[in-house]
Amino acid sequence: MSGPLPGSADDARRVALFVTCVGELLDPDVPVAAVRVLRAAGCTVDVPEGQTCCGQPAWNSGFTDDAAAVARTSLDALEGAVADGADAVVVPAGSCATMMRVYWPQLFALAGDEAAADRARLLGTRLWELTELLDALPDDRLPLGSVEPCTVAYHRSCHMLRELHVAEQPEALLSRVDGCDQQVWAAADQCCGFGGTFSVKLPEASVAMADEKLDVLPEGTEVIVGADASCLLQLRARAEARGMSVTTEHVAQVLERALPDAGA
Amino acid sequence: MSNEWPLRSSGLRERTATAVADPVLRANVGAATDRFRDKRTSALARIHDPDALRSAARGMRGDILSSWAETLELLADNVLANGGHVCWAPTGDDANAYIASVAQRIGARTVVKSKSMATEETGLNEALAAVGCDTVETDLGEWIIQLAEEHPSHIIAPAVHKNRDQVADTFQARAGMVERVTEPTELVAFARRELRRRFLEADLGITGANIGVAETGSVVLVTNEGNARMVTSMPRVHIAVMGAERIARTWDQADLVLGLLAKSGTGQALSSYTTVLSGPRREGEADGPDEFHLVILDNGRSDIAGTEFAEMLNCIRCGSCLNVCPVYHQTGGHAYGWVYSGPMGAVLTPLLASQGGGHDHHAGELANASTLCGACMEACPVEIPLQDLLLGLRRRNAEHAGRAERAMWRAWSAAWSRPAAYGASATLATRARRLGPLLGRLPGAARWTDGRSMPTLPERTFRQRWDAGDV
Repeated sequence: MSGPLPGSADDARRVALFVTCVGELLDPDVPVAAVRVLRAAGCTVDVPEGQTCCGQPAWNSGFTDDAAAVARTSLDALEGAVADGADAVVVPAGSCATMMRVYWPQLFALAGDEAAADRARLLGTRLWELTELLDALPDDRLPLGSVEPCTVAYHRSCHMLRELHVAEQPEALLSRVDGCDQQVWAAADQCCGFGGTFSVKLPEASVAMADEKLDVLPEGTEVIVGADASCLLQLRARAEARGMSVTTEHVAQVLERALPDAGA
Repeated sequence: MSNEWPLRSSGLRERTATAVADPVLRANVGAATDRFRDKRTSALARIHDPDALRSAARGMRGDILSSWAETLELLADNVLANGGHVCWAPTGDDANAYIASVAQRIGARTVVKSKSMATEETGLNEALAAVGCDTVETDLGEWIIQLAEEHPSHIIAPAVHKNRDQVADTFQARAGMVERVTEPTELVAFARRELRRRFLEADLGITGANIGVAETGSVVLVTNEGNARMVTSMPRVHIAVMGAERIARTWDQADLVLGLLAKSGTGQALSSYTTVLSGPRREGEADGPDEFHLVILDNGRSDIAGTEFAEMLNCIRCGSCLNVCPVYHQTGGHAYGWVYSGPMGAVLTPLLASQGGGHDHHAGELANASTLCGACMEACPVEIPLQDLLLGLRRRNAEHAGRAERAMWRAWSAAWSRPAAYGASATLATRARRLGPLLGRLPGAARWTDGRSMPTLPERTFRQRWDAGDV
């Protein structure tokens, strides 16, 4: 179940961005790019105060109450933004979007907070993963130009693909960018090996999983693009350690570079 | 569960690290699982709406298990009516004791077996050795690992971790192969000759059971080598050991399972042999044993019924979740430390190990052998929500977690459920960036930095940039 489907994309004019903890702490260029792309698509972007993390690290480790306390904080903040008139909540990370739309109701129910579970379900009807929203907009809402020619391979992150069922959208958006040459990556939908705490609980297996993907990276790939900064962190860290010259970028960052006034 | 299993004597990380460090193992497992996975994909592509079939199978398995006890009674009654014997075995030891007593009563010296994960679970071969029986595995993969004194590494392909050179090594060292051959057909021919001799001298044949069909008191065996037919027809006595959940009430239900089993496991429309046995040889019949026994093994299964993990009982042991699992792909099955491996093993092992209500830390740890990527759930022919069950097991582990781990999550939660403290922790992280490479030397950091570069922390957090109006 991917949860209730969001409403009409074209109605999304006032948008509340959920930054994500990885975006806040490790990779702020990703939420910055998301804001700029959303603005270019004619949205007014607000970043509600009071939001923190979706709670996924503790949820995936089995610590339900600790996860619920953190998730509730973000739920309160985002719900407040919707009450203040936001049409949509946008999340620039597939696994956080999955956590919020698919798992939040279950998390709050298990934590004994049925009211929060209901609120999470309602919020889920307005919650979009970034590329899911951008792709659903009429093309003329998001004018995309060109980027410096680059060869890219797209990584499909697991939760977004299999639980949020957002599969083709990022690649469809990239295909609208002139100069962005997408390669077919045979291992595109194979797990990167990150898995949150998995990456440090079973580091040898985690690295081996990244290797299996990187081993079959199409020749000439300059940038690995994804919609989850945490997968990209894993793939980048392993590629660097192997001395590979490939870099990583969130799809929002590629789109940002392709905005007509990006100065390119 | 015997203490001799690696599950009890080593940790999950140690086992996965050992496996990952073995390039031959990874190549063997990778090639075999890729082949199974591709064949599964094409087998399912040939049928109309496989997802509808999976949903139907899930519903059907649920229906059967909702009247589980009753269906088992019906199976047992019909086995008895067919002239067979039934043993209800609450534990593995009970099953072994019953089988050993039959072996002793008939004076069995040589026992031939076809592949049975249930008897791996009970440690039957050791129990038979203790009463003087020479037990020979006759499934090729099982025979190879028996000779090599290893455990199965895949539930449908027990020796999947070995390549043909390693098989030839094993045959030379342990089975008296004089002239070394490495071609698969030659290796099979060697095994066939050796095993044929054992079939002829065996007094007792032991098999597992893919499905017990209650309405006719029948046992269905699925193989690709035909060895189960020899095991069930040449010795005087046949004992089938069935995990208590492996039942169908009707042949229509069994048909649905059979259709999905081979397609999901090996990508075959049907396995080469599907053998149906309904009791001992009757008057006028040419083949079949004089005695037939069905051992119905519980060994922790009934404890799973009615819990949040009940759907695990729907498993039809096709192995597709192993074949698609990116963790299994790197490690193979031995890293899981017990009989069952891959996602189904990571769920089933902790459940069986905690029978009677205890908590087994060694087994519980297997729930961490997953990135929660969901590939297993997508592949399961009976739609077992394996990822959700793994999460459920992690919750159960958390209830038994040590003080330090609990305190860590509590502190994290206390900080990140307060926006001000969250903001402060983010700002602190940017300050820590000046410590640079020192961060990589913190205790535990090697778990990330061995093989991966340390991420560069940003100069300013997102919120700092937003508040400064730079976004």
